[in-house]
Amino acid sequence: MTDDILDGWETVIGLEVHAELATNTKLFSSARNVFGGEPNTNIDPVSLGLPGSLPVLNKKAVELAIRVGLALNCRVQRSVFARKNYFYPDMPKAYQISQFDLPINEGGWLELPDGRQIGIERAHLEEDTGKSSHVGGGGRIHEADYSLVDYNRAGVPLIEIVGAPDLRSADDAREYVAELRSILVAIGASDGKMEEGSMRVDCNVSVRPQGNQEFGTRCEVKNINSLRSLGRAIEYEARRQVDIITSGQQVEQQTRHWDEADGRTHTLRSKEEAFDYRYFSEPDLVPLDPSPEWITEIQESQPPLPRQRRIDLAKASKTEPRDVALIVQKDLDEFALSAIEKGADASRVLVHLANNLADGVGHLTEDAFAALIHLETNGDLSATQAKTVLADLVDKGGDPAQVAADHGFEAMDTSELDALIESIINEHPDDWSAFVQGDAEERKKKSGFFVGQVMKMTKGQADGKVVNDILLHRAEN
Amino acid sequence: MNAREIPSAIRNGETTAKEVLETHLKAIQNREEEIHAFNLVMEEEARNEAERIDALAAKGEDPGPLTGIPIAIKDNICTQGVPTTCSSKILDGWRPPYDATIIERLRDAGAVIVGKTNLDEFAMGASTENSAFGPTRNPLDTTRVPGGSSGGSAAAVAAGFAPLAIGSDTGGSIRQPAALCGVVGVKPTYGRVSRYGLVAFASSLDQIGPFAETVADAALLLEVISGHDPLDTTSIPEPPLDLSTALTQGVEGLRIGVIDELSGGAIEGISDDVLGCLEDAVQALTSAGAIVERTSVPSTVYGLSAYYVIAPAEASSNLARYDGVRFGPRVDAKTTSEMMVATRTAGFGDEVKRRIMLGTYALSAGYYDAYYGKSQKVRTLIMNDFANAYKKYDLLLSPTAPTTAFPLGDKTEDPLQMYLQDICTISSNLAGHPAMSVPFGKGTDGLPVGIQVLASAMDEHTMFRAGAVLEASNQGKS
Amino acid sequence: MNERISRDDVAHVARLACLSLTDDELDSFTSQLADILEHAADLDALELEEIEPTAHPLPLANVLRDDEPGAVADREAFLASAPQVENNQFKVPPALGDPS
Repeated sequence: MTDDILDGWETVIGLEVHAELATNTKLFSSARNVFGGEPNTNIDPVSLGLPGSLPVLNKKAVELAIRVGLALNCRVQRSVFARKNYFYPDMPKAYQISQFDLPINEGGWLELPDGRQIGIERAHLEEDTGKSSHVGGGGRIHEADYSLVDYNRAGVPLIEIVGAPDLRSADDAREYVAELRSILVAIGASDGKMEEGSMRVDCNVSVRPQGNQEFGTRCEVKNINSLRSLGRAIEYEARRQVDIITSGQQVEQQTRHWDEADGRTHTLRSKEEAFDYRYFSEPDLVPLDPSPEWITEIQESQPPLPRQRRIDLAKASKTEPRDVALIVQKDLDEFALSAIEKGADASRVLVHLANNLADGVGHLTEDAFAALIHLETNGDLSATQAKTVLADLVDKGGDPAQVAADHGFEAMDTSELDALIESIINEHPDDWSAFVQGDAEERKKKSGFFVGQVMKMTKGQADGKVVNDILLHRAEN
Repeated sequence: MNAREIPSAIRNGETTAKEVLETHLKAIQNREEEIHAFNLVMEEEARNEAERIDALAAKGEDPGPLTGIPIAIKDNICTQGVPTTCSSKILDGWRPPYDATIIERLRDAGAVIVGKTNLDEFAMGASTENSAFGPTRNPLDTTRVPGGSSGGSAAAVAAGFAPLAIGSDTGGSIRQPAALCGVVGVKPTYGRVSRYGLVAFASSLDQIGPFAETVADAALLLEVISGHDPLDTTSIPEPPLDLSTALTQGVEGLRIGVIDELSGGAIEGISDDVLGCLEDAVQALTSAGAIVERTSVPSTVYGLSAYYVIAPAEASSNLARYDGVRFGPRVDAKTTSEMMVATRTAGFGDEVKRRIMLGTYALSAGYYDAYYGKSQKVRTLIMNDFANAYKKYDLLLSPTAPTTAFPLGDKTEDPLQMYLQDICTISSNLAGHPAMSVPFGKGTDGLPVGIQVLASAMDEHTMFRAGAVLEASNQGKS
Repeated sequence: MNERISRDDVAHVARLACLSLTDDELDSFTSQLADILEHAADLDALELEEIEPTAHPLPLANVLRDDEPGAVADREAFLASAPQVENNQFKVPPALGDPS
C-alpha cells in the first residue's frame, strides 16, 4: 500500500529477530527457564553474576540453535562465545555472553510462501538480560523515581537471527516474521509469542530512490511488540526518512523507539554514540564444535518445516502451496490431511478450516470433521447448516448427525430413526439395560443386536453408524 | 606435627581436632595482631567444625583425608554465609550465598577452616600492600612484606597459624609469597582445580593452589582439591591427583633444564644471592641423579609485557559486575549510572583502578589488535617455546622471585617495580603449566629463597618428585 | 607502534569503565599507564604475522551440560546481600536509556 510521499522511493528493510529458546533451563546455568513467575525466583549465582560464578553451556540450547540453523539453510560451524561489555542494571555481569566473530550458524536463507528467498546473515546464541521496570512518572524511563530489577529472565537462551536487507515493504516484513515464527514453532525451538516477549523484532529501515543500487542511511527501530506494530512502524519510519531527504536534509543513523500509542518513532538519546562493546573471546568457556554426526542426527530428526507442510497439503488437496499457507501457519495442516485421508472432500476441508476454524478446532475431532463434510457433500446439510453444526462441534464436541438432529436439520430422517429405535428399546428392555450397563465388549454385542433390529425394520436403509451414535447418545443421557 | 600426621593422630585418639585447633588459635592470638594474616578469624565456626569432626571420629567414622587439619583460605574464595571481601571496600561485608567447590571438598575431607586471609585487593599485587584493610607482614621479619597477592595465606603457614592454606595464582601469587615466607607453594596445571567460587581476576590465568610447610603436605592438599568440576567449564576432565608415589620416587635420570633467561641471562634484576641458591639447588638435583643443564626459553623475556595486557584486559571485564546493584556497599546517586560510577570510584583502590583502565584501553576500539590481539599471539609463542623445551627436558628450573622479601613501602611508589616481582612466575600462567616453589637456602639477609620447579601441562607428578628432593636436601643443609 | 597514551585516552577509558578520576589522578594514572604500555611495545620486535592467538591454555571444546533444572533458589539468601530491595526486586535509582 503506497502513499503519495513514497512514490518513486524504495523501502529497504532488514530484520533482527531474537527468540527465546524452549529449554528447561537457562543458557549457562541450571536455573529454570519459565515465563512469568514471582520475581527473582528463577535465579542462582550464575544468573546474578555473583563473584566466583561461572557459565556452563546448555546442550539443549545448542541442539535447538542447530535446528534453527538447519531450518534456515545455514552453514553450522565451529563457534566461540564472546563478551559484549556494557553497564546496565539488568546486565548482571556488566557483560553479555554472546557470539561475535564466529557464530554457530552463518549464511542461509528463509523462503517466503511466494518463493522469494530472504538472506539470513547469521543466527547465533546469546543470553537474555533481566527486566527492569520503572516506578513513578507514569512508567516512562525519563520521569521515573526509581527502577526495580527482576533477574528471572537473565540468562535465558536466545537465538538472534539477523536477516539481510532484502525486504522491500511492510507486508514483506510481516510475512517474513510470520514465516520465521512458523519455522521456529514447527521445529520446537521457540513458542514465538511476541506478546509475551519470547520473540522480539527490531527492524532496520532505510529508503532510496527507486532504481538506486546504493543503500541509504538506516535507522534501527526497537520496541515492536506485534506484527501490526511492525507494519505501522516501518511505514511511519519510511515516510519520516523520505520527508527528511526531500526537504534537503540527511537521515542520521540512530536507534529509534517505536511508540505504539503515538504511532511514531523517536530517538532515545539526542546523539547516537557508537557504543564500544570491547568484544573479546569469553575465557570462561571453550569453543563449540558440533560433530558432523550430531548435526546429521539433528537434521534427520528435524520435524517437517512449514514449506514442506505447505507442499504436502497442497498435493493432497490438489491446490497450490500458497493456497494452504494460512492453514499451515495456524498449525491446522495435520488436521486437514487427516480429514482428507478419511475421505472428506478436500476443497470443503480447506474452506472450513480457513473460514470457520481459523481460531482453532476446540472439541472438534478429525472423525467428526470428516463426517460433517460427508453430510454436506451428500446434500444432507446445506453449507449454512454445516457451519452451524461445526460451531457446535468446536464448542462442545459430539457427533455431527446428532448435533444436526438436535438443531432440527434434516429432522425427518433422524427423528424417524430415533422413534424407531425407541420402540425397539421398549420391546427389549433387558437387552437395553445390558447395553447401558455393559462394558465395551458387551456393548459391542448388544449394539449389533439393536442395529440388526433397526435394519430389519428399515429394510437395510438405515445408516449403521448413525444408529450406533443414537444408541450411545441415549445410553449416556 | 606435620599436617599429614594430624588425621591419623586424631583417628588413633592421640589427639583431638579440638586440641589441634586450640593450639593454632593460640598461635594466632599471640602474633596475629603483629602480622595481620587474616581478614577474619572464624573461631566459632572452626570450634563447631572441630566438635563435629571429633564426634565422627569418636564413633569410629572417617571424616576424610584432612581430618582436623586447620586450614586458612584466601579471602577471594567464596565461603557461604561468611564474609568474602577480596580485601576490597567494594565487597566489604559481603556474605556469599554459596560455597566455592573447593570449600565443599575441604569440608567433605574433614578440614577445619580457621579463617579468611588477607590479599592484595582482588589479587592484584605482589606484596599484599594493596589490601584495603592494611598489609600483612612477613612473620620472619615484620618490617618486610610476605609477598602477594596471597600474602596472608603464606604468612599464616609461616607463622604457624595453620599448617595448610589455600591461595590463588594468576601471575605468581602463590609461588612468590611462598618463596618470600619460606614455605611450599604450588600452582597446578590450569584447569586442575575448580575455579567455581574463586572471585575472578584473569579467567584464563587464575588457579587455586596449596600452601604448606612441607612438599608432602602440599601434595595432600592438592589431591583433595583437584579433580573435574562440572560447574567449571574450564575444569580438566580428570579425576583428583594421586601424588603418593612422587614423594619418594627421586629424580634419578630426569633431565632438568635451568632457564637461562631467568638465571643470570637476558633478564636483569635477579639478585646474586638468589642465583647462588639456584646453583646449590642444581647441585642438589645433580647429586640425586638428575641431569641438569642450562637451556633457553627465549619468549620468557616477553612474558611480563604480554601478561600486563592480558590479565588487566580480562580483569577489566571481570570487575565490571561491581556496580552496587546486587551486592556490596552502594554509594547512592540520582541515576543508576551516577550510582555505579560513585560506587566503583569509592570502592576500588588505586592498583585495581589502574589495571581496570589498562585493560579497558587494551580492549577498546582501535587498540584491540595492537595490545590484546598481539599479546594473545605472544602467549602462543611462549607455549611453543615451552613445548620445545619439554621435548628435551622433563622439568625446568628457575628462581621463584628475583629477591628475598623486601621492606614494606619499598616498591609502592612505582607500579612497574612491583610488576617485576612476577618475572620468573608469569610464563607458567600464560602457558597453563604447573609450577611450584620450594624453600631452598637463604639470602645474604638471612631470609628464605624459593626455587621454582616447572613441569609441562598435567605433569604435577614429576614436579613433585623434584620438589621432594630439593626439600630433603634443604633440610639436610640447615 | 602506537603513540603514548594521552590524558584524553585515560579520561575516555575511565568513563567506559565507570570510574571518575580527579585531575591529579588523571595526571598520575596517565604517566603510569604510559610507562606500563611502553613495555608492551617490546612485543613489536616479534614476528607475529603467522602466529595464531591463544585464547585459552586448555585444548578443550564442546563442554556441555544437560538441560536439567538445579535446586530451587532461596530468594531470600540472594536478596539479603542487595543494597536496596523492594517487592522482591533489586532497587536502583532511575536507569536511563538501554545502550543495547
